[in-house]
Amino acid sequence: MTLARTRPLTVAPPDTLADVSFDEAMEARIEEILAKYPTRQAALLPLLWLCQDRWGWISPGVMRAVAARLDLAPAHVAGVVTFYTMYQTTPPGKYLLQVCTTLSCQLCGTSGLAEHLREKLGIGFGETTPDGRFTLLDVQCLGACGEAPVIQVNNDYYTGMTPEKLDELLDGLQ
Amino acid sequence: MKPILLRARGEENSRSINTYLRLGGYAALKRALIMDPADVREEVKNSGLRGRGGAGFPAGVKWGFVPQSTTRPRYLICNADESEPGTFKDREIIHTEPHMLLEGIIIASYAIGANTAYIYIRGEFWTEAEILERAIAEACRKKYLGKDILRTGFDIDIHVHRGAGAYICGEETALIESIEGKRGQPRLKPPFPAVVGLFGCPTVVNNVETLACVPHIIEHGAEWFAGIGRDVRNSGPKLYGVSGHVEKPGVYELPMGTTFREIIYEHAGGIRGGKKLKAFIPGGSSCPVLPADRVDIPADFDSVAEAGSMLGSGGIIVMDETVDMVWALENLLTFYAHESCGQCTPCREGSDWALDIVRRIRAGHGQPRDLEALERISRHASQGMTICPLGDAFCGPIASFLKHFRHEFEDYIARAEPLPPKKLPVLPVRSDRGPFGI
Ligand SMILES: Cc1cc2nc3c(=O)[nH]c(=O)nc-3n(C[C@H](O)[C@H](O)[C@H](O)COP(=O)(O)O)c2cc1C
Ligand code: SF4
Ligand code: FES
Repeated sequence: MTLARTRPLTVAPPDTLADVSFDEAMEARIEEILAKYPTRQAALLPLLWLCQDRWGWISPGVMRAVAARLDLAPAHVAGVVTFYTMYQTTPPGKYLLQVCTTLSCQLCGTSGLAEHLREKLGIGFGETTPDGRFTLLDVQCLGACGEAPVIQVNNDYYTGMTPEKLDELLDGLQ
Repeated sequence: MKPILLRARGEENSRSINTYLRLGGYAALKRALIMDPADVREEVKNSGLRGRGGAGFPAGVKWGFVPQSTTRPRYLICNADESEPGTFKDREIIHTEPHMLLEGIIIASYAIGANTAYIYIRGEFWTEAEILERAIAEACRKKYLGKDILRTGFDIDIHVHRGAGAYICGEETALIESIEGKRGQPRLKPPFPAVVGLFGCPTVVNNVETLACVPHIIEHGAEWFAGIGRDVRNSGPKLYGVSGHVEKPGVYELPMGTTFREIIYEHAGGIRGGKKLKAFIPGGSSCPVLPADRVDIPADFDSVAEAGSMLGSGGIIVMDETVDMVWALENLLTFYAHESCGQCTPCREGSDWALDIVRRIRAGHGQPRDLEALERISRHASQGMTICPLGDAFCGPIASFLKHFRHEFEDYIARAEPLPPKKLPVLPVRSDRGPFGI
């Protein structure tokens, strides 16, 4: 049995995201989102999430489309996207390996994991493997410190990580 | 004490509404809905319930600040941002019995007259957001949520709003900005959210654990709740999250005021590998660190404050004798320098500057005056010098690490080698123009 239970991200190449439009399914979701709030602007974070789920990252073209859909200034949208660390503004790999580097995890051996990942993948934090499979990120406390060290891969947490478990995990992420 | 908030931990299907109903869930809601909202507020006030999100403000008193005569909508926000390092208790509640949280939210909304509530959950908690969405759908189907719930005429909707990676959005006014679709930058207070909050309307923000206590208070009464713990100012069950160098890290539910010794040595199994305790951070990373000899104090709001720190969120970070305290402070400052929202100069510049200094000390290039500089920064970026308490959050660690472990910093500095003299960059000279382009 493999440890990995994470599905790869769908990552749209930059040239396909220069100009985007929302399909019917997305429009339906947008209407649902808008119904939750008294202002259109409040739908911004949820709509950005919807876009990132769909395309893997937020390109300038996506920002423009979101701004137009919610009647917001493109600069406002860009300001919000860049304020929050989880919105990806460049195309990531299929798997975002996010290593918690805050105190409780560090006390339980994060640096060994980070070293191991760097050696194994040949990339540092903030970089993507040439085959586009993995992006390695250092992140701050993930709110699961009791199960340190913690790594988040896309939407899933993997806790109590050791180099051996990491190897098994990476092998399972195809 | 029999667990209350985590009573269903380990049970099969503990998240389903049927299990919750079997355990007596939603009975408190039925009781609350036939009470006058003012009586619900009074009951919570009398229980002594203090906010579990960090500041320990009495929940019932906060609810009382909401103007009752207003025609504007009122909002309740559940703070599930859980972003303070060392804190991981709210996630446990959501994983164990999400309906307990929903019931608390509905009762609190009724008490303040809100018909819409938002759960603001950190973006990384994708699984937990799904759990909540599923629980909300179940509760809607059984008519605990929606229009005219339980045929009482009371309407209440709960929406989940996901954050996107920013510690500062745990701060209540930054959180409000974030729901409104903006960057999470804290607002100046006053006005307080209870008067001008979400979408300009009266708003109460409460932590997950605070709200999860509410159904139990309504069901068993204020007196029962106040009887758990040290006194009415430090009452109720408390979730302590223990992480770092202990044998059994995890969340432990114990009466408020259990001593740190009991929590660390009995429940969390003691220090890992039989080592000695060096220090612990009592309530999440922004609370001042305490040395091992304070381990006998009770873990409640007032006792920890008397000892010069804060109970905060109850996330206890344990460090054994091998930990280099200069390294530990550098790690914490890395976090705060990264998370400062950048609005206030003392916080934006101070957190970076302090990090630079501590890095330099650890790299073996510290100077005696560095410690004074650190102390100066920690004085000038805290205690009301900034818009929000993030200033205090990084200054508390600086001041306390220097207070209790100053010798470790001094040792580094005593062994330090001076930095090679800096070569000043030569500025390009533009001879065609004088100053101001004249
Ligand atoms: C920088 C900062 C971060 C905070 N993070 C959180 C958090 O993650 N969760 C939380 O419940 N409260 C957090 N708070 C406290 C909130 O501002 C607010 O006081 C709390 O949610 C109120 O709920 P309570 O009264 O039930 O404790 C934070 C405060 C500050 C200044
Ligand atoms: S204290 Fe720091 S985090 Fe808080 S508002 Fe000012 S700059 Fe932002
Ligand atoms: S320190 Fe890593 S999850 Fe909190």
